[in-house]
Amino acid sequence: MSCNDKLQDCFKKWEEEKLEKALSRFGERKPQFLSGSNEEVRRLYTPLDVEDINYDDLGFPGQYPFTRGVQPTMYRGKFWTMRMYAGFATAEESNKRYKYLIDQGSMGLSVAFDLPTQMGYDSDDSISEGEVGKVGVAIDSLEDMEILFDGIPLDKVSTSMTINAPASVLLAMYIAVAQKQGVGMEKLRGTIQNDILKEYVARGTYIFPTKPSMRLITNIFEYCSENVPKWNTISISGYHIREAGSTAIQEVAFTLSNGIAYVNAAIDAGLNVDDFAPRLSFFFNAHNDLFEEVGKYRAARRLWAKIMKERFGAKKEKSLMLKFHTQTGGSTLTAQQPENNIVRVAIQTLAAVMGGTQSLHTNSKDEALALPTEDSVRTALRTQQIVAHESGVADTIDPLAGSYYVESLTNKIEKEAMKLIEKIDALGGSPNAIDKGYMQQEIMESAYRYQKEIENDERVIVGMNKFKVEEEAPKDLLRVDPSVGKRKCEKLKELKDRRDNELVKKNLEDLKKACKSDENLMPYILDAVNSYATLGEICGVMREEFGEYKQSVMI
Amino acid sequence: MRPIRVLVAKPGLDGHDRGAKVIARAFRDAGMEVIYTGLRQTPEQIVQTAIQEDVDVVSMSILSGAHNHLLPKVVKLLKEEGVYDDILVIGGGVIPDEDIPYLKENGIAEVFTPGTTTTTTIEFIKANLKKSIA
Repeated sequence: MSCNDKLQDCFKKWEEEKLEKALSRFGERKPQFLSGSNEEVRRLYTPLDVEDINYDDLGFPGQYPFTRGVQPTMYRGKFWTMRMYAGFATAEESNKRYKYLIDQGSMGLSVAFDLPTQMGYDSDDSISEGEVGKVGVAIDSLEDMEILFDGIPLDKVSTSMTINAPASVLLAMYIAVAQKQGVGMEKLRGTIQNDILKEYVARGTYIFPTKPSMRLITNIFEYCSENVPKWNTISISGYHIREAGSTAIQEVAFTLSNGIAYVNAAIDAGLNVDDFAPRLSFFFNAHNDLFEEVGKYRAARRLWAKIMKERFGAKKEKSLMLKFHTQTGGSTLTAQQPENNIVRVAIQTLAAVMGGTQSLHTNSKDEALALPTEDSVRTALRTQQIVAHESGVADTIDPLAGSYYVESLTNKIEKEAMKLIEKIDALGGSPNAIDKGYMQQEIMESAYRYQKEIENDERVIVGMNKFKVEEEAPKDLLRVDPSVGKRKCEKLKELKDRRDNELVKKNLEDLKKACKSDENLMPYILDAVNSYATLGEICGVMREEFGEYKQSVMI
Repeated sequence: MRPIRVLVAKPGLDGHDRGAKVIARAFRDAGMEVIYTGLRQTPEQIVQTAIQEDVDVVSMSILSGAHNHLLPKVVKLLKEEGVYDDILVIGGGVIPDEDIPYLKENGIAEVFTPGTTTTTTIEFIKANLKKSIA
């Protein structure tokens, strides 16, 4: 009997004649094997598992529904952008780190801001005490941005900025620095994260309530589609949703649901879907479950293409493409045996690359302990370079396609994620589901289950709950000088003495008026920034006008 | 014996509350009464809540690197309010080992870094309560 003719029968025969014998002699390691998303992993995948695949559902790279990648040549044309996320202490120190990374072969910048900046507070605000320069660079005014990008030509690099609630202000500062360098805004390439919904869900750095937050976002879409056409105006982020403890399936579902909410908001604001959709970008996580992760990226691309086409009637091909940045999973790193993290990051890098990412940040081995040192960042970047230049995985497009397992996973993730998206639709869409705490609750359940699995030894974390060794405290961690905050406060005082305070006052009043109207706020923010109004002053005006978001706390 | 009352708090500006929520759930599953403050609590707010809720334990989770500033400040305020002798103060999060002695000198009874099991923390609390719950 030829197996090609009667696969089902052959499979059964194999089970009876071969498998049962082996099972009766050895058994298997576990009664049940589960993926990271708690889906059953079968013993063996065969064509039977992908019988319903229609090649139209895969398509060719650069072709709808983009399952196999968004560009026709993918990494044969050029590698993904190796974009290391960095920033700490002052603009001067971060500028040095950026130049180092560019020297080492990093291809794009990715700015990490400190928490006061992310929350729209100046360094001299009492709430900023102890936090200035700690998890990123402290930016108070245009002056700091000028220093941050000093000697870095903004028409040559692309810059990603992890900034959400005050994204409009930081984008305005970037535009202003470029203008000072003689670079027109039409030349600027980069991304602002600008994804407030996931802040309410998972990351917590929100300022304003949902409505004005969504207005700021659509104002940016509109302003950029006219003036900064190469800029990615949002990076709809599953990364933080995953870090907060979601499964891969929830990561896809909640992220795309948030994406749907932004598209809806922009259409409601009167924008044409094909004018802004090509500038939407995404940001996903890469965890250790290699095949599930690859399936996740492929499923997300296909789902988004279908949503944009079928739900929103987008016509431009670029509106249908899900382009994404990836970061390896911070929460997968262990403080125990930090060297093991290098291996984890390598696996996650493979997942991102075999999943077709457009850019990648690799975490450093010491990040479960502190911000990374220069040496550990270099190893993280080298990991990407080794995968790119030595592994061969970048030489053919979508190398895992056709794997019975990966195709089956891709289908499964697409189907399960769609179910969750429909559930959120039924709750009235993302903003309503968030207000009801639905996503937060689901993520928390997953996070708690994961923690229990580790503590019950159902999930092995090498070096943490298995293969442990006695360890000495790690040395040579990066420490941010605690005097950074004091120095920043002094600098801010000097700036306020020096600038044209009458002009600042006028610009802030104009912004205040614009907040009350339905005008686009970007030009007003740009004027304020150009007169060296501080981030805290500008966000302060918006805080007064818009109010602040209150978290609904549940455990 | 009454249940142990724990305040789980997130001091500082960072919004990553996975650890805080997981530990809060674990405390609850271990039979404790848990009050969770939510994000971005100042030391003053944490101390006020601790007093109002008459807790036995203040458990703080922090990842922002501001621990050396914020955790001792909570202890100082608890002392000023005259309640430190009744309340066990613990901390957890991304805290380098070399900072732990300083935190302990400043009244933080124990610091739990990544990889600690929830059971370890629960056992520590049970063994180190300052007030009797009998």
